[in-house]
Amino acid sequence: MNATTLLLTATGTLGLAIFGLLAGLWFMGIDRVLAARMQARIGPPIRQPFIDMAKLMVKQNVVPANAIPWLFNGAPLLALASAITILLYIPMAALPGLPVLNLHGDLVLIMYLLLIPGLAMVAGGLSSGSPYATIGAQREMVTMIAYELPLASTIIAFAWKLAQLDVATPFSLASVAATPIWTLVGPVGFMGLLLLLATMILVAPGELGRIPFDAPEAETEIAGGLLVEYSGRNLALFSLSLAVKTIVVTALIVGLFFPWNFTDIVAITCCPFLAAGANILFFLLKLFVVLFFSVTLIRISVARFRITQVVDVYWKVLGALSIVGLILVMVDARI
Amino acid sequence: MKTIEVKKPSAYTTQIGPAHPALKEPVMFTLDIEGEQIKKVDFVPGMAHRGIEWMGMRRNCIQVLYLAERICGICGITHSISFARAVEQIAQIQVPNRAHYIRAIVGELERIHSHLLWAGVAAHELGFDSAFYMAWRCRENVLDLLEYLTGNRIHYAMIQIGGVRRDIVPDQFPHIEESMKFFEEAYDKLAAVFLDDTTVQMRCRDCGVLTYDEARQLCPVGPTARASGIKKDVRIDHPYAAYADLEIDYMTPDVLTGEVRGDVYDRIITRLLEVKQSVDLVRQLISMLPDGPLLAIPKPAVLLAKLKGAAGEAVGRHEAPRGEVMHYVRLEAGKDEPVAWKVKASSYSNYLSWIPMMEGAQIADIPIIAASIDPCISCTDRVALVRQDTREVLTKEELHRLSVEKTRRIQASLAK
Repeated sequence: MNATTLLLTATGTLGLAIFGLLAGLWFMGIDRVLAARMQARIGPPIRQPFIDMAKLMVKQNVVPANAIPWLFNGAPLLALASAITILLYIPMAALPGLPVLNLHGDLVLIMYLLLIPGLAMVAGGLSSGSPYATIGAQREMVTMIAYELPLASTIIAFAWKLAQLDVATPFSLASVAATPIWTLVGPVGFMGLLLLLATMILVAPGELGRIPFDAPEAETEIAGGLLVEYSGRNLALFSLSLAVKTIVVTALIVGLFFPWNFTDIVAITCCPFLAAGANILFFLLKLFVVLFFSVTLIRISVARFRITQVVDVYWKVLGALSIVGLILVMVDARI
Repeated sequence: MKTIEVKKPSAYTTQIGPAHPALKEPVMFTLDIEGEQIKKVDFVPGMAHRGIEWMGMRRNCIQVLYLAERICGICGITHSISFARAVEQIAQIQVPNRAHYIRAIVGELERIHSHLLWAGVAAHELGFDSAFYMAWRCRENVLDLLEYLTGNRIHYAMIQIGGVRRDIVPDQFPHIEESMKFFEEAYDKLAAVFLDDTTVQMRCRDCGVLTYDEARQLCPVGPTARASGIKKDVRIDHPYAAYADLEIDYMTPDVLTGEVRGDVYDRIITRLLEVKQSVDLVRQLISMLPDGPLLAIPKPAVLLAKLKGAAGEAVGRHEAPRGEVMHYVRLEAGKDEPVAWKVKASSYSNYLSWIPMMEGAQIADIPIIAASIDPCISCTDRVALVRQDTREVLTKEELHRLSVEKTRRIQASLAK
C-alpha cells in the first residue's frame, strides 16, 4: 500500500465515520418522531439525539466501584470503532472509492464484524458488576446466537446464487451490488428472495436491540440491562455505536436487496456532481424505507418477547423461513 | 456402594426493587433465579408508609374524609366512601337515596379510569408502548367527565358523611351518555389490541397463573380473585350505595372465553369486561336516579356536633377497582377525632398471590406479574418499623404477641 492509497483510505474512513454518526443520529431522530406520530404523540424534535449526545458528553462519567475500569471504559470505544469499521465494507450510492476497504473483506467478514459491537456491550455489561447487566449480557449473547442462523442462511443464498454465475468473488458485497439478485431469478426464486427479505427485515431489530427483540436492555425488566451502569461519555459512545450500527444494518439490507442507484433508473448525464448528489439522496431514502419497516413500524406494533421467545422466533420461525427461502432460490436454478 | 452425588446448580439470588422501572411504587422482591427462571421469591413491602392513620386520629371526621381520599391517587372515592359508610353506621345517619346513586356513579367512573390506567401500565411493562398511549388517551375522556361532574380529575371531594356534596343534574346526562358511547367504542378497540394481539398473548397466556385453589387459600380480592374464577364482589355480595337496585353480575374471564385459567391474560380480560360493565352500570344508575336531598345533615356544624356525640365501632366496605377496601373506625362520645382508624387497602389482600404467580416464571415476567394484581403500595403500607437506621421485620409470633397485648390493653381501658 503506497502513501496515496493510505491517505485516501484514511480520508475515506474519516468521512464515512462522520457520515455514519450524523446520518445515524438523524435517522434515530426521525424514527422517534415517526413512532411518536403513530402513537398519536407529538414526539421530540428530530435533532433530539444530537441534543442527548451533547448532554451525555458533558455529564459525569460514573465508573462503579466493583467494575473493571479498563474493560468498562474500553468496551464503548470498541463498540463504536467496530461499528464504524463495518461501514468501510459496505458499498453506498455507487460513490467512487467506496467501499473503502473493498478488496479486503466480504460478507462473511461483515457477519463477524456485526457481532463485535454486541460483544463489546457484553464485555462492558459483565465488567460493570451489576446483576442486571449480567442478566442483560447473558441475554445479549443468546440473542446474537439466535439471529445468526437466519442471517447466515440469507447470506449463503446470495453467495450461492452468485457462485452459480461464476462471479470471481461471490461473497463480496460489491459483486452483489453490481448484479441485483432479483434480476437473476425466476418466479420461484423471487418468492424465495421475498422470504429472505422478510427474514432480514426481522433480523435488523435484533441486531439493533429494538422491541420486540430488546430483551438484553429491557427497560421495565432489568432496568436497561447491559447499559444499566453506563453514564456520561461512555453511554454516549454506546448510543453513537448504535446510531452507526443502524446505518450499517439498514445499508446492508439495502446493499443486498436494493442495490439500484438513482442513475440506474433515471440517467443523469449532464453533470457528475448532480448524479452523485441524486444517488446519495436516493440511497438515504432507501435506508429510510428499510429503517421504517424494520425498526419503527415493528417496534410500535408489538410487545417485547421473553428471551426464550426471541430464540424460538429466530430459530424456529425465521430460521425455517430463511432456509425455505434458500431452498426456493436453489430450486429456481434447477427449473 | 458409593452414590454419586449430582450437584445441582446453585440458585443465583438477585433483587428487584425497591426502586426499579418495573415497579411504580417501592417494594422489594428477592429472587432465587436459575438462568432466567425464578425458583423462589420473597418480597418486602413497607417502604411507602406515610402514617396517614396517625394523622387521621388527630382530625375530626369530616377532615379525615378528605385525608382518606388522599390515601390513593387513583381510587380516591374508594376510601372516602368506605370511611363515610363506617362513620354513618356508628352515628346512624340515613343516607338519602339520590346520594347513594351519585356515589355509585362516581365509583363506577372511577373504576373505568383506574382499569384503563392499569391497562396502560400493563402494556408498558410488556414493552408495548403504543397500547399504553392508546389506553391512557381513552382514560383522558373519563377524567374529563369526572372533572365536569365533580370539579376535579382525581380527588373528587364528592363524598360527605351522610351523602354527597354535588348533584348530578339532567342537563349533564347527555354529556355522560356521550362519554359512555365513547367507552363502548373504546372497549372494542382496546379488546382488539389487548386480547387479539399475538405478542400480548405470547407474553400473558399461562404466565403468572393463580389457580382457583390457590386463590381460595390466599383470599385475594377484586379482579385478581375474579380472574381466577372466584365469584367475589362486594357490590353483589354485600350491596351498598345503589348497587342492590342494579343488574350486576360477577365478571369472571369465562364470560368472554368460556374458561378460567387464572393467568395474566385472564386478568386483562376481567378488567376490560369490568370497564364495559361499568358503562352499563352508569347508564342504569342515570336512568333510575331518584329525586330527593343530597345530604342527611346539610350543615357541617350540625353534623360535627352529632358525630361528637356518637360512640361505637363499624366497618365500611367498598369494591374498589382493585378489590375490597375496608375501613374500621371507632368513635367515642365527646371526641371529635376517631379513636381508631384502620384502613385495609385491596392490594393488602392481593400481595401474597405474587408468590405462586412468580415461582416458575421468568425474569421477563416479573414486571407484568407484579403489575397484574394492580398493586397500590402506598395505599397498603400501614406500618414500618424503623429503629435508628435499621429496619425490622416482625415474625408471625411477634405480631401475634403484640396483638394479644393490644387486645388486653383495650379490654382494660373498656373495663374502666
